[in-house]
Amino acid sequence: MDWFVFLTLLQAGITTGAIYLLLAIGLLIVFSVTRVIFVPQGDLLAFGTLTVAALQSGQLPGTLWLFDGVAALALVASLFQGRRAALRGALTWGLYPLVVTMLAIWLAPREIPAVSIALALAIVTPMGPLIWRFAFRPIADASVLSLLILAMALHFVLIGLGLVFFGPEEASAPPLTDANFDLGVLNVSGQSLAVLLCCAMLVLGLRWFFGATIHGKALRATASDRLGARLVGIDARAAGALAFGLASFIAALAGVLIGAVTPLSYDAGFDIGLKGFVAAIIGGLASYPMAAAGALLVGVLESLGSFWASAYSEVIVFTLLIPVLAWLSFRSGSPEDRA
Amino acid sequence: MSVPILELDGLRAGYGHVEVLHGVSLTVPQGRMVAIVGPNGAGKSTLMAAVMGLIPRRDGRVRYLGSPAGPTETMVASGTVLVPEQRALFTDMSVEDNLLLGFYPRRRAGERDARAPMREVFAIFPRLEERRRQLAATLSGGERQMLALGRALMAKPRLLLLDEPSLGLAPMLVREIFRVLVDLRQRGLSILLVEQNVRAALEVSDYGYVLEMGEVAAEGPSATLARDPRILVTYLGQRQPNASDA
Amino acid sequence: MHLLSRPGPRRFPSRPGVIRPSSHDGAGEEGRVAAGPDGRRPVRAAAVIAVAAIVAIVVIPALLPDFYVTLFGYVGLGTLVALGLVLLTGISGQTSFGQASFVGLAAYATTLLTKFLAVPPILGLAAGLILTGTIAWLLGLVTARLSGHFLALVSVAWGISFFSLFGTIPQLHGFNGIGDIPPLRIGPFVAASLRIDLAIIWTAVAAVMLMSANLLDSRTGRAIRTLNGARLMGESVGIDTVSLSRTVFVLAALYAAIAGFLFAHFQRFISPTPFGLGASIDYLFMVIIGGVESLWGAPIGAALVVLLRDQFNDWIPRLTGRTGDFESLVFAVVVIVLLQRAPAGLLPIFTRLRRPAAPVGQWEAAPPPEERPPTPVTQGAELLSLTAISRNFGGLAANRDVSFAVHASEIVALIGPNGAGKTTLFNVISGVLPPGSGDIRLFGARAGHLPPRRVAALGVARTFQHVRLLPTRSVLENIALGAHLSGRAGVLRAMLRLDRVEEAGLLHDARAQAERVGFGAVLDTPAGDLPLGRQRVVEIARALCLRPRLLLLDEPAAGLRLVEKQFLAALLRQLRAEGMGVLLVEHDMDFVMQLADRVVVMDFGQKIAEGPPDQVQSDPAVLEAYLGGLG
Repeated sequence: MDWFVFLTLLQAGITTGAIYLLLAIGLLIVFSVTRVIFVPQGDLLAFGTLTVAALQSGQLPGTLWLFDGVAALALVASLFQGRRAALRGALTWGLYPLVVTMLAIWLAPREIPAVSIALALAIVTPMGPLIWRFAFRPIADASVLSLLILAMALHFVLIGLGLVFFGPEEASAPPLTDANFDLGVLNVSGQSLAVLLCCAMLVLGLRWFFGATIHGKALRATASDRLGARLVGIDARAAGALAFGLASFIAALAGVLIGAVTPLSYDAGFDIGLKGFVAAIIGGLASYPMAAAGALLVGVLESLGSFWASAYSEVIVFTLLIPVLAWLSFRSGSPEDRA
Repeated sequence: MSVPILELDGLRAGYGHVEVLHGVSLTVPQGRMVAIVGPNGAGKSTLMAAVMGLIPRRDGRVRYLGSPAGPTETMVASGTVLVPEQRALFTDMSVEDNLLLGFYPRRRAGERDARAPMREVFAIFPRLEERRRQLAATLSGGERQMLALGRALMAKPRLLLLDEPSLGLAPMLVREIFRVLVDLRQRGLSILLVEQNVRAALEVSDYGYVLEMGEVAAEGPSATLARDPRILVTYLGQRQPNASDA
Repeated sequence: MHLLSRPGPRRFPSRPGVIRPSSHDGAGEEGRVAAGPDGRRPVRAAAVIAVAAIVAIVVIPALLPDFYVTLFGYVGLGTLVALGLVLLTGISGQTSFGQASFVGLAAYATTLLTKFLAVPPILGLAAGLILTGTIAWLLGLVTARLSGHFLALVSVAWGISFFSLFGTIPQLHGFNGIGDIPPLRIGPFVAASLRIDLAIIWTAVAAVMLMSANLLDSRTGRAIRTLNGARLMGESVGIDTVSLSRTVFVLAALYAAIAGFLFAHFQRFISPTPFGLGASIDYLFMVIIGGVESLWGAPIGAALVVLLRDQFNDWIPRLTGRTGDFESLVFAVVVIVLLQRAPAGLLPIFTRLRRPAAPVGQWEAAPPPEERPPTPVTQGAELLSLTAISRNFGGLAANRDVSFAVHASEIVALIGPNGAGKTTLFNVISGVLPPGSGDIRLFGARAGHLPPRRVAALGVARTFQHVRLLPTRSVLENIALGAHLSGRAGVLRAMLRLDRVEEAGLLHDARAQAERVGFGAVLDTPAGDLPLGRQRVVEIARALCLRPRLLLLDEPAAGLRLVEKQFLAALLRQLRAEGMGVLLVEHDMDFVMQLADRVVVMDFGQKIAEGPPDQVQSDPAVLEAYLGGLG
């Protein structure tokens, strides 16, 4: 293998690694705030790609109607919870879906990439809070294992719906840029740079959110000490909704970004999400910097693996988990009673 | 006399199959400090949790300023702040962020400026200002208690519930904490204090209750209660010590 | 067991002066400990399984139409895998999203051996079991010390890895699959028809189910239940929880391997498809739909999932006019609703309707416990000695320079205000926490860094400040956990019922200890239904089952009524007379002062006084620590 091939693979690996990093961040946020291992995040990623692809072809995506339907349920549910909740519900689950739906009906036929991307984000992002509201919130105190099994079931619900909405065909998202740069022998695609740039902006944005805003701090507080958070009046339910909202926004964005590099089908998100997991597990489900290193490692390893032994690249990535877990296991002390 | 800030009437509460409080009645008048003393397992922390709505109140009434007490969120929003026995600090966040989050209920009520209340807290506990950028996890036991109390004060509470504020503190720090409590009481704050340090609690409070096996075993003005021989029995058993220094 | 037959009310032999509870038959769960000395309950369990087995093995295969023969074969295979998941998920609190890959490993193993190497199927089975068992053991080795969700996540990864290997290794013929797998054959007998296969499958199901029920009703079965949220307690009675959770995981994989072996020879064609993630999740869904907490959940869940999937396959395309894996969507929605509304699955919904409320018998302080031959301990020998023990948490010193000793035939009380460091010291002595510095000697030997189960094996038993029991299991089972170290029978002996002599001995011990603490009447009550004070006494009986030389009691009298305290005090005095050393943390001063030979007082992590009760009671330093003041 020569340098050219190596650098090309490295570039591809870093690009997908950045996507895995985004997913790992979403998983860590949701896990630390709600203890839910958000398996369906990958499916939301696929929803992101397929929604923007549908809009770009001038169609209204099925996810829009799904969002409208579930939002209507949430709207009805909020009406029974006092005036404040009803008002907020009317804005969030009444007005917002209405506006998004009307914009989509109006703008989808024009097939403007930036508009389609914005609409896709606007449609897929609220699915996180809705999933929290109807799937996880009713058993928010259950064991991590129960929540995980529920998350796995939800994955099957989402791919089932994905098949209904989008059919089995693959689809692509529009690239953010068509530019290409020649660096010596290496040709760097503008989309790769755009992915890295978006990823960096998102990481910086999240740093600012968690470090400087009261809502970000409230989320960290919930993750840090549940009782303490409750005693200073942080609403654990709202914190959960926010965490899921961040994760689904991240997933939708990742879907829009990766969809321009690789076409995806309705069930392709799971594998991508799983690699985000591998990265998050490398970070011990707790450390963001370690998860970032893990994400890049996974991306590069997969890229190189697909060149050397394409049939085995997944096996290689998942085998990486074994030494990581052995190390984590060795490091952990005596057995404890964990939920 | 105005409405008491907190009134319990026959409160029953517990965990699972187990009832810990078997009908407790007590009153915290506005602007007073009331102490609950009693041995371990008497149900003091359970009482705090039930008042706060952290565990279900199974029977009896809890009234806050004359109206039935709501769930935890409502209690916090209406100015009741609990400093629990385990402090419940955000250990992986800075001292400053912990205090800022104490301001959270007021922020939700529309207030924006957390700097003035933070200055007040720093005036009470200068040590916290020195360590404002440190993570709460790195604080000593005394500093943690100061931070827990400081975080509670950031909410400008009307009723402060303190569970064992002297727990694990060296005597000098206990004195400092209690001096602050007396000061707060003089500024008109209502305080319900659960303490195992009986003398300190009865010295600073206006009225006291002795809780035993989930029931009120004795009550009275703190000064009277402090001289009550029953207190000694509760703590050290039936046989009177030969040389009492009471 | 109650799904098929419900035992009538049982009468306990009455003893004067003791009020007996009326019958309490536990939940519809298999493997409850034998009710009486004659062990009637397991016999009945065996009878129910036998009847069910005969129906499944003989009647169903003979009468079913061909199409349903295949379907019921799949129900049986699903049941096998699901049984492993009940043990793994419902009983031991772990889970796996990769069971189908174990099925696949065994299926491919037997296929390669029997088809291409013409080896007898029985060797194909052996190879599948060895291969699967080894891989599961290695995976368990990697994750056993991590919390349950890591194992679950890794199982997704290995499931996908194996699936992709099945599809890519050239010798496995990829998605074209391998056909013409030889039929099952033992010597000259060849399973020539699907009906015979079906009978074989259900024979295997019945055997595995019976062995699983046997396992749960044994020393190891009780130990497995501690894995689900009570590991610290398990370690305290000598259970190696890390290796045991690995054992359960391997067992679940072996069940899947048996299913895989049968699958290959039943279908006589294999391809990677039925061994993917979707299939793994199907197995898990079976267990959740049927009920994770009972072995009967496995066949019920398997039947529902397999039969409904078949119906959906017919109906959904007709209704929607589309094809696709919509059954999974429907099952997933059902599972979500069940997890939210009925996390124990459908089975308890059926059984609960027929289950009377559990009456809790009165606990009368029984007549003074009978004398037992005292354990031979030299009077006054030093059992425990602590020298300059210190232990810090972060910047906080929980214990500073603590030294004292406990001798045989002595009751030492450890008292002090909240936060004085008593529980930390307890945890250091019992091996839960290593000491920061200082020297711990147990029975003369250094014991500073032993894990809790080794400390237990030395003869130190403990109770916990926050009661740690298996709340849904009977009092007797909870007490019998304490006898774990007096038995040796492992998984295999338990499954084959070769442990009965030993088990009878353990239960006899447990019953004796129960009588001793006055619990003869409530042996069958779920421990969690007792009032908290009496749950503490169950812990004491469990501790006594270890036949300890040193007993550590963390607040044993908390929550007891006066008579009960007097009874407990009498019991402890008697234990002392038998030579046992007792160290107790207690806040009830009346209790401590009338009982203890010596009192050690702690404050701020340090020992501030030590001596006989009256002396300590009048020590100004002690008064200061207890009543405090602002100086």
